[in-house]
Parts: sequence; structure tokens; C-alpha cells
Amino acid sequence: MTAIPLGVPRRLVGFTVDGQEARVPEGSTILDACRAAGKDVPTLCQGDTLTPKNACRVCVVEVEGARTLVPACSRKAEAGMEVRTDSERARHSRKVVLELLASSVDLSTTPKVAGWIKEYEAKPDRFGSDAARLDEEPKIDNELYVRDYDKCILCYKCVDACGDQWQNTFAISVAGRGFDARIAVEHDAPLTDSACVYCGNCIEVCPTGALSFKSEFDMRAAGTWDESAQEETTTVCAYCGVGCNLTLHVQDNEIVKVTSPHDNPVTHGNLCIKGRFGYQHVQNRD
Amino acid sequence: MKADEPRTRKRDRTPKTYTRLTHPLVRDSRDEPFRRATWDEALDRAARGLRRARGAFGMFSCARATNEMNYVAQKFARVVMGTNNVDSCNRTCHAPSVAGLSAAFGSGGGTSSYEEIEHTDLIVMWGSNARFAHPIFFQHVLKGIHNGARMYAVDPRRTSTAEWAESWLGLNVGTDIPMAHAIGREIIHAGLANDAFIERATSGFEEYRALVEPWTLSLAEKVTGVPAPAIRELAHAYARAERAQLCWTLGITEHHNGTDNVRALINLSLLTGHVGRYGAGLQPLRGQNNVQGGGDMGAIPNRLPGFQDILQPETRLKFESAWDTVIQPHYGLNLTEMFEAMEEGTLKAVYCIGENPAQSEADSEQAVRRLEQLDFLVVQDIFLTRTAELADVVLPATAGWAETDGTTTNSERRVQRVRRALTPPGEAREDIDIICDLAARLGHDWKYADAEAVWNELRSVSPDHYGMTYERLEEHQGIQWPCPDTGRLEPTYLHGRLWETDPAKRGRRAPFGIVQHDPPVDLTDEEYPIRLTTGRRLDSYNTGVQSGGFASPLRRGEYVELCPEDAEAFGVVVGEEVRVSSRRGSVVAPVWVDPGLRPGLAFMTMHFPDEVDTNQLTIEANCPIAGTAEFKASAIRIEKLPVATYVR
Repeated sequence: MTAIPLGVPRRLVGFTVDGQEARVPEGSTILDACRAAGKDVPTLCQGDTLTPKNACRVCVVEVEGARTLVPACSRKAEAGMEVRTDSERARHSRKVVLELLASSVDLSTTPKVAGWIKEYEAKPDRFGSDAARLDEEPKIDNELYVRDYDKCILCYKCVDACGDQWQNTFAISVAGRGFDARIAVEHDAPLTDSACVYCGNCIEVCPTGALSFKSEFDMRAAGTWDESAQEETTTVCAYCGVGCNLTLHVQDNEIVKVTSPHDNPVTHGNLCIKGRFGYQHVQNRD
Repeated sequence: MKADEPRTRKRDRTPKTYTRLTHPLVRDSRDEPFRRATWDEALDRAARGLRRARGAFGMFSCARATNEMNYVAQKFARVVMGTNNVDSCNRTCHAPSVAGLSAAFGSGGGTSSYEEIEHTDLIVMWGSNARFAHPIFFQHVLKGIHNGARMYAVDPRRTSTAEWAESWLGLNVGTDIPMAHAIGREIIHAGLANDAFIERATSGFEEYRALVEPWTLSLAEKVTGVPAPAIRELAHAYARAERAQLCWTLGITEHHNGTDNVRALINLSLLTGHVGRYGAGLQPLRGQNNVQGGGDMGAIPNRLPGFQDILQPETRLKFESAWDTVIQPHYGLNLTEMFEAMEEGTLKAVYCIGENPAQSEADSEQAVRRLEQLDFLVVQDIFLTRTAELADVVLPATAGWAETDGTTTNSERRVQRVRRALTPPGEAREDIDIICDLAARLGHDWKYADAEAVWNELRSVSPDHYGMTYERLEEHQGIQWPCPDTGRLEPTYLHGRLWETDPAKRGRRAPFGIVQHDPPVDLTDEEYPIRLTTGRRLDSYNTGVQSGGFASPLRRGEYVELCPEDAEAFGVVVGEEVRVSSRRGSVVAPVWVDPGLRPGLAFMTMHFPDEVDTNQLTIEANCPIAGTAEFKASAIRIEKLPVATYVR
């Protein structure tokens, strides 16, 4: 039998971040505390609607007394902890992680990463131009999604969003092991032969643009994608009565992308195929 | 094609795409084509046509448009045209839920919130394929299941919702009342009824007990086709759960006795006290973005804004002084009755906003014929729909969800802001502006600066909405009604009053619904041996006008779905075209085989009416209380088409 989920009363835990006193509710992560204090810790595999997977390691920070660096996205804050987000060791680790990722993966559509590479003085080129890459063409097997695994950092967010954390469709999983590991649908088939229901919730969480809407992919290819000219307006979906909030990304009076606010009580950032893609009818203008 | 091959042909899967209306259209007579007109000419013509029809006028308001638009539309009908004949497509789907819930509890909304279903112990999905029709609601259900709740699916089809169930009860179409009564009887006989709740908060229990007494498990098994132990298991699980959620969709309501079906389900919640508590309640899942709000705004023939009863003199007085008008002291005609009045010639003009009844009504041929009999039809829409093709004047409007500001209300009674993101095409104008211009031509000068001004007028007459300012709606990402106070939020569930210890606070007792089993009107026999039921697919929506606009990889067009046994018996294969006939009409559709169906049960959707007009088959047998047609149960026959032969 369940109890009314009021939650356990949460104490505040006090600890220090970079020498400053911080107090956060029990159960918060170091990342929560850093963000609350306005400190920027880079993240890639962390998702605000997902359970941390600790895959990418760019958010590592140093905790006094800990043997290894800890991922800020999943390590819970503890009373008395001394956290250093900007120590030499943490910065060096981030630099190497960024170099390894950027040399093996196309990060050209990853938001903010160019700034981090500069900030941490990462030099992805130092492994030479023949550093291992997947080198394959984007997979375009339907009119809604494009999968460009050259851009995939194997963060598992799409696997979690498609799996038991949200969509429960289980169309996406990891194929292969070790160096051969890659994100795929069952038997590495075309998306159209998979269990995919085209909700786009994997694209919503993808941090690098490896998964993208075909509308965005085509506009990028044509050189017309211009985020600075896009306006975002949140409204309510026009299909069933569930009332999902949609954020319409509009460029030149055309909807070019649809997302949903991650903190929305109805959707938690998730949509279905109709809400995500069923907007074309309003702009069939001639 | 070889002579011995079954008849299949490559079908064009590109759905009919509709382009936006960009300027008004008029014509002098129905056999002429439309011609482009100025707004002034079109509105003058519309005003002239409507003025002549005073006393024989009906308004179809739009369950897709904002609350504000629905408020102004019903005000137009009541103040300008002096009639309560205003309704919307809620009539074709969930009107029985509203009627049933308000008969039991005095309020027509679902009693729970989405979040509560994540924290409940037992979920019953009855006549609802939410996994397809309400996918994001179903994510909350899945959270509940992952949190340990058990889910039961009651549905003639083994749907993708049923795949997640503890147990699937595949009942015969139209036997929901026997199933519910048998569950009720089993709960009573097992001593699992919540006697304290029944005694304090309900009325009519003795009558109910007598009503369900004949419905033994074995009789129910015979009628519903579901094994008695499965019914017993659901009864015990529902009654023993600390808290349980009963959800339903159109499988319950789209029957000729839809309101009775709803009452039969509500009875189970009264019997066990699964209502009025956190996590325990009743959740009808609404099918249109604002079908809840349209009713709340009074765009229904029996209620004024705020779901206030027209028959109450003090309510009428309040609105009469607010609107400086006289409100007819009787209910108006609902959508179904308006269509009947067209046939009788007592309804001569219709102002149809954003609805497509020519394709969405059951027995669509009859609906078109009746619309053609009107003296005057104005259609206001974003597309030239089949209904608009029948009109005298067509007015191009904006798309509520992306081109206007306002609010809509969802299935958990949450009022949320809708915002303008796009500039509408051509000369298209906002619904409210158009209605106000027409009202001005008919002698009523209404001035609304913007949607918020309309909303604030609504707040002043509807206590349930009074506390929801636009500012608060933004701050809380939507607020659920009732919200009478600008400084407070009410609990997420309704009817907590039923659990009060003080009888005065407890208020009106919730009556058990004394409803009898009544099988579907369209009986199966030797001539029409197959039961056809209808529903939605994941990527498509209603008559397809909206969802036809994008390239869904899942879309495969319209099929008549059969179970493997029936397909074999008829000697047909996937993709083969067959003739599907009912007592009303006949269509040709290709076959699809779905192992989730049972022998004798076929399934179709209404998503591709330009390809296969399923509603030529459905029966217009209406619920006498709510007026909803029995889309879910028609009797059909499947005929193999003659093999194509070539004459040289």
C-alpha cells in the first residue's frame, strides 16, 4: 500500500564548493548545488529528466579526501564535503575528456562545447588527423528523423528516454561491446523496421545532435538553419485532450522544430508523434 | 495481374492534404462554385442569412479552439440569436462522461489528476487504448506501473494498452454494463464493499444491490465472453486496493447507452470509496484539446459558462444582468437534436465553427443530406472541409493552438495558456474578432481588447475560474478548476467533500446509477455477422484533416482489420480489397490482420474518410441522455471481391 507521496522531510546539508558555504536539500547532487550557486560545470550525458548514467565524465569535480574525481551529476552532496570544481586536477581531466570526445566524434552541433574546448584549452588535433572516427553517412530512412552516429558520444540518454524511464518502447539500445559499442535499433535495422513510434523523445534529450529532426537536418544542410532568428513560444497541443505543452521553434513564420518544457507537469518534456510532428497542416498556406 | 491472384492494388498513401483558407468565400446558390469575397461582403451576407433565421438557428462551436472563443461563441448564440442551441463535437465523444459524472457528483470533470495515477495501487483502463490515443497520459500510467501499481485492461481488442496489463478482459462489444454489474455484485458478496462510505456519502444502494443481484459471474461470463475467474480477480483487486483509478475513453461512451455505461462504472467507485481521495478517482480521457473547456465555457445547450445550470433562475439572472439580455429558461438542442431538427425543417441556419460534421457524424451520408437542407450555412474554419464545401459563406479563421492567444482545458481540468506563435495566412482572422464583427452587424457591439479581456469577463461570471488570472496560469504552468480564490490552489482531486465527517460539509449524496444492460442496437445476424468497432491509431487523428499533413512512417491508410481466424474463413489476405457492408452503406477497404482481435470482431478508424468513409457504415443510434452515437458497434458483412478478369 502506498502512502501519500509527500516525500520525506528533507534536511539541508551544509558543505563547501570552491571554499564557499553551500546548503542544499538532502539528496541533491553536487551539480544541483553548483547550478544553484551559479557555477557552470559542463555536462553532456546529464539530463534534467533522466537518471544520471555517468557516461561522459565532463562534469567531474574533486572532492577532498576522495581517491578519484567524482561525477558532479550523480554524486550526492554530503554534510561537510569539500568540493573543488575548478582545481587543476578537475580541469585537466575535463580537458582530456573533451580532447578524446572531440577527436573521435563530430561535435559541430553540440551546444556550448566550442566554448568549453577553448576554456579548458583542449587540443583534439593532437591525436592527428587519423584519429579513429566512425566515418559513416547520416542514416536517413524516414521523413521525420535523421540518425548521424558520427556525432554520437554513447551517452545512453536516448536509450533511457526510449526505455523504462519515459517512453517504454525499447526501440533503441546498445549494440556491440567495448570499442564496437554503438547505439542502434534492434538488429541495426532501419528505423522503419523497428519498434520506433516516432515520439521524438530521444531527439529531445540528445546532447550532440546525433539524433535530429529531419526539418532541422535539411535546413542545416541547406545553410538556412539560424537559431538566432528563431523564436520559441510555448502553447498547448491541438490533438487529444491530454493537454501537452509544446514549444514551437519558429523561423520566418514556419515551425521548424517542436520541443516541450522539461519541467511541465503534463509532459515532463515528452511528446507523441502527433504533437511532435503534426504541425504541418497549419502551414500548408498555398 | 494474374487471374488467380487476390484483388490487391497499389494504393496511393498520400492523404488528401488541405491547404489553408486565406480569404472569405461566398456564393449565391449551392450549385454555383464559390467566389472570393471581401470580409465586408462575406460578413454582411452571413449577418443577413442569420438574421432571417432567428428562432431556427444553431451554433456548432469548436472543441479545438480556445476557452475564450467558446465563451464568445456561446454568448453569440444566447445573446445575439436568443437561443441555447449551441453544442460541439463533445457530443460525438465524451458527452456521456459529462452527463454521467454530473448526475453522480454534480460536476462533469474527471475527478483525478495525471500525477495521482503515478501513486495509485490499481489502474483500470476500460474501453481505452490510451497507449495510442493518449500517449503522454499513458506515460503517467507507466510510471504508476513501474511504481508497483497493477493495471487491468477491459477492452474487446487486445490493444497496445492491454500489453501492459496484469490481465486483459476481452469483453464482447456493448457488454460493459453486465461486466460492471457482475464486478459490483462480486464485491458486495465478497464483503468488500466500503459500507461506511456507502452509508455516509451515497444514496440508492439497496436498489443497486437488487439491480446487480442477477449478474452472477457465470451469467456475466456468458454475456461478456470473459471467463468468470478473470472478472472475479478484477473485482477483488479493485475493491481491495488502497486506492484505485478507473479510466475510460470512447469504448464506454460511444454507445447508444453511453451515459448508462458511465453510470455503471461510477457505481463501482461509489461501492468501494475509490473517489474523492488522492490517487483514487475516475478519469475519462478527453479526445480533443479543448473538449473539456468548450463545455466548461457553456458551449453546450444545457449549461452556462462555469458549468452552471440554465434551469436555475438565480444563475440565469446573474448572466442576464451581466450580458443585458434574456436567457431562454429551457435547454437548447444538442448537436444530434439539431441534425434531427434540420430534417424536420425547424432548424434553418447553422453557424459552424471549426467542426467537420459532414465527415465526423455517424451515418455521414445522412449528415450531409441534412446539412444540404439548411437555408443558410456559415462555416468558419482553417480549411475548406467537406462541411465547408456545403456552405453559403466560408470565413477563414486562425488555428487556435498556434495563431491565437487564449487558454484551453485538458482532461485533468487544467487550464493552460495557448500562445500565438505564427502569423496567420492571407486574410485569415481570429475567431473572436469574426464573431464580434458579426455580432456588431446584428446589433450587439462587443468590445474585447484581447483574449485576456474575454477571460476576465468569464472569470467574473464563473466562480470555478475566478482565481485563474493569466498571470497565475503562467506562474503555475496551468491551474486545475475549481479555483475560486486568487490566493490559493485547491486539491488536485474533486469531491473530497464526500469524506467529510460533518454531513453539512459532505453535501449532496452521490446516487448509484440504476442502469440496465441494453445490447447494441445494430444486432449481428446471418446477413451481417461481424461486429465492427472503431477507434484511433497512434499517428492519426479524427477525420485526418490535421494529421494528414505530415509524413508519418507509421501511416498505412485505412484497412478493415480482422483476426487471423476470420481472415482465413473468408479466404482473404493482407492487402486484399474486400467489400464491407452494413445496413446503412458499403465501402471497399483492404484487409489487415491483427491477432489482437477475436473471431467476429473487426476494427476500422475514421482517419481517412476521403479514402474509405468508415462512417458510412456506423449507426446513428444515439444515447437518449447525451446524444452520442454508437460508433463502437455496427454489424457488418465482409465480402470477397470477384477476381479481376480481363476481356481481350
